[in-house]
Amino acid sequence: MADDDANAREDVHEGELAEDAVEIPDDEVAAAIVEKFPGSRFHRSHGQPVVYVDRAVFADVATFLRDEQQFTMCVDVTATDHLLDGVRHAPPGVATERYEVIANYLSHVRNRRVRVICQVSAREPSVPSLTPVYPGANFAEREVFDFFGIDFTGHPELTRILMPDDWDGHPLRKDYPSARVPVTFKGDPQPR
Amino acid sequence: MPLDQIPHNFMTARLEDLVRWGRRNSVFPATFGLACCALEMMATGAAHYDLARFGMEVFRASPRQADLMIVAGRVSQKMAPVLRQVYDQMVEPKWVISMGVCASSGGMFNNYAIVQGVDQIVPVDVYVPGCPPGPETLMHGILTLHEQIRTGELLRRREASPTGGAAIQLDTAAAVPAGS
Amino acid sequence: MTEIRSDEEALEEQRLERQTSEGAQELQPRPRAQEVVITGGGMWPEADPLDDTMIINMGPQHPSTHGVLRLMMELDSEEVMRIKPVIGYLHTGMEKTAEELTYVQGATNVTRMDYAAPLSNELVFSMAVERLLDLDVPPRATWMRMMLVELIRMSSHLLFQATNGMDIGAVSMMLYGWREREEVLRYLEYITGLRMNHNFIRPGGVAADLPDGWQERALELCETVERGAAEYDALLSDNPIWRERTIGIGLITTDECLERSITGPILRSTGFAWDLRKAQPYLAYDDVEFDVMYGANGDVFDRYRLRLSEIFESIKIVRQCVEKMPAGDYRLQDKKLTPPPRARIDESMEALIHHFKLFTEGFKVPAGETYVAIESPRGEIGCYLVSDGTSKPVRLHIRGPSFYNLQSIEPMGTGSLVADAVAIVSSIDPIMGEVDR
Repeated sequence: MADDDANAREDVHEGELAEDAVEIPDDEVAAAIVEKFPGSRFHRSHGQPVVYVDRAVFADVATFLRDEQQFTMCVDVTATDHLLDGVRHAPPGVATERYEVIANYLSHVRNRRVRVICQVSAREPSVPSLTPVYPGANFAEREVFDFFGIDFTGHPELTRILMPDDWDGHPLRKDYPSARVPVTFKGDPQPR
Repeated sequence: MPLDQIPHNFMTARLEDLVRWGRRNSVFPATFGLACCALEMMATGAAHYDLARFGMEVFRASPRQADLMIVAGRVSQKMAPVLRQVYDQMVEPKWVISMGVCASSGGMFNNYAIVQGVDQIVPVDVYVPGCPPGPETLMHGILTLHEQIRTGELLRRREASPTGGAAIQLDTAAAVPAGS
Repeated sequence: MTEIRSDEEALEEQRLERQTSEGAQELQPRPRAQEVVITGGGMWPEADPLDDTMIINMGPQHPSTHGVLRLMMELDSEEVMRIKPVIGYLHTGMEKTAEELTYVQGATNVTRMDYAAPLSNELVFSMAVERLLDLDVPPRATWMRMMLVELIRMSSHLLFQATNGMDIGAVSMMLYGWREREEVLRYLEYITGLRMNHNFIRPGGVAADLPDGWQERALELCETVERGAAEYDALLSDNPIWRERTIGIGLITTDECLERSITGPILRSTGFAWDLRKAQPYLAYDDVEFDVMYGANGDVFDRYRLRLSEIFESIKIVRQCVEKMPAGDYRLQDKKLTPPPRARIDESMEALIHHFKLFTEGFKVPAGETYVAIESPRGEIGCYLVSDGTSKPVRLHIRGPSFYNLQSIEPMGTGSLVADAVAIVSSIDPIMGEVDR
């Protein structure tokens, strides 16, 4: 069954930069981040607070959250490749790039979560590492490097973690094929 | 006839039958549980679906002491050389059961990361389908293997393939393509 | 393609190889100069033989590592100086596969990640999809999901008791744990149709209604498991050999856990009573009574005892589900989301078309992203889902708790004995399916 989403699209949608459409943060942690790091944008995504920051301050936001906002744990660090998106979801005021790196934080004392997203371009795929701030991000950043090729500057040991060490390519990129083999059957005349 | 009423004190049998009887009633599996199928393999060895009644409850960790490798689970690209190494370390006679669809053909994961069928790496005797195969299915596979041992060739040697495994393998003693 | 390369380029290539190869990275802190470049997941190069330390490999095929986990250890006779987990031996490309499966098919893929507790994976995925659709499932579906997830928690902790017992030496625990687990799996087969990898909790609700007579069988099951778990308690908790082997072994503190993103029984064993079912309730957990179990010292014994107690708490919750299960729909009656009952297909053309469209094309989810987390038997399992308005996800990422929990091997294992390393890995209870995905 032919799918529309299988057609490759080369262009990345640019977000609108209309300043008056920017959302006002209604979450105090997000408000604190937006205040401390100008240029960040807040978005409420299905009830969850998300802040889109510039990638240069990605690790600084983590330090801010850990030291001043009591976010005890960085729950997850992951990335997305938006090369083939049907509709790109991005709040107004965010200049979208091909990759997004996402970090989820959890504060046990305040019992709240916040998500921080930064845009990473394909020409210069590199983000400051969160591992010096939250050592638990070590494996997660290695996984993002393994699958997307995004470099985390300051990571103590950025090597492949799930693929074999000598693997070529970054499998979760959208231009990396899933390498389906055609299914063969027992009575086929030629060998696999 | 009960043993104490046998008039003579020796029995004869064919050597081949004795060897086959010994081989099939004490097959020691090697622990090669990889993923979900490993849990069903452990269930087959547990008390409810007992493998001990076939003499198979001792899962040997060392491949040198094992006869049967039950490849239980999906084999990833990183694991494939390990699989081959463990198979090579096993001593003849040895058998391989490919348990589950991921080991038999790649299963539902037809992608870059999973070897599409462990028979690309090691020669397989019995394929057990299922995702995961329940303990009864695995036991059926094991009993099929016992049947193969009971009726098979004694001095079967697999043709050493230059690529280290074969999609189509020939049994040199019988010279019949396997799978027909 | 052969090119004549200058010495500089060859050196540059060697330098890059050294930077990216896993084995070679280990060399940097040590002052010894090494010429050998290691690729392909090889071993650490041998240390100076006069140093009396030995580098060995435990796994990936080993009876005592849960699944295909490889541990590189540097040993000074029996004592572990350095320990490092190497993973990826079960990497299945599930997140890439998920981008090619529709949301209807997504549960079949996700369920095979944490294969000891498959219904938790399905639940977190379904909750993420429902969050993106901004839908709530009917109450009966919610309570059914809760009961199923508690049953699978019981089954996973019984598996832990079995494998943990066997790894530490109480080999008969393997048979006892499986005896009770078989009962739970038989009941799950009665409800869902499968013993494992059920594909039962789907976006929109659950796949089928509860069969007749489920209440009596549930209560019988609860009694059986309670008796079994009490037996394990009597067998092990006061056993001096067990206590020698587990108390004081594998110590970890709360701060070490929090900074390493460790959740679940390991975090709770340090005395920090954080359970997402109480802290950020989902499903109907605020309508049932249960306690959060936590330990005191953060050692192997605490983790064993904690998981055993969680079995009793799960039994409590299942009993309350049996009492309070609401009547009603087991899934959202939204024709664009959930398939029609099979009998309707013969009667109605629309039902046939809906069935066809749902199982070939799936339903479309509006563009957005969300992160949903629940408490699986191993810790916080999360699903980060990005959609783009089509019927297949752009990105499905499962935050597997065991992936992060494995980072606790280093503080726990350094300075322990090799035999303790086995006990420690066993007490972390990793499932490599969700580590490697």
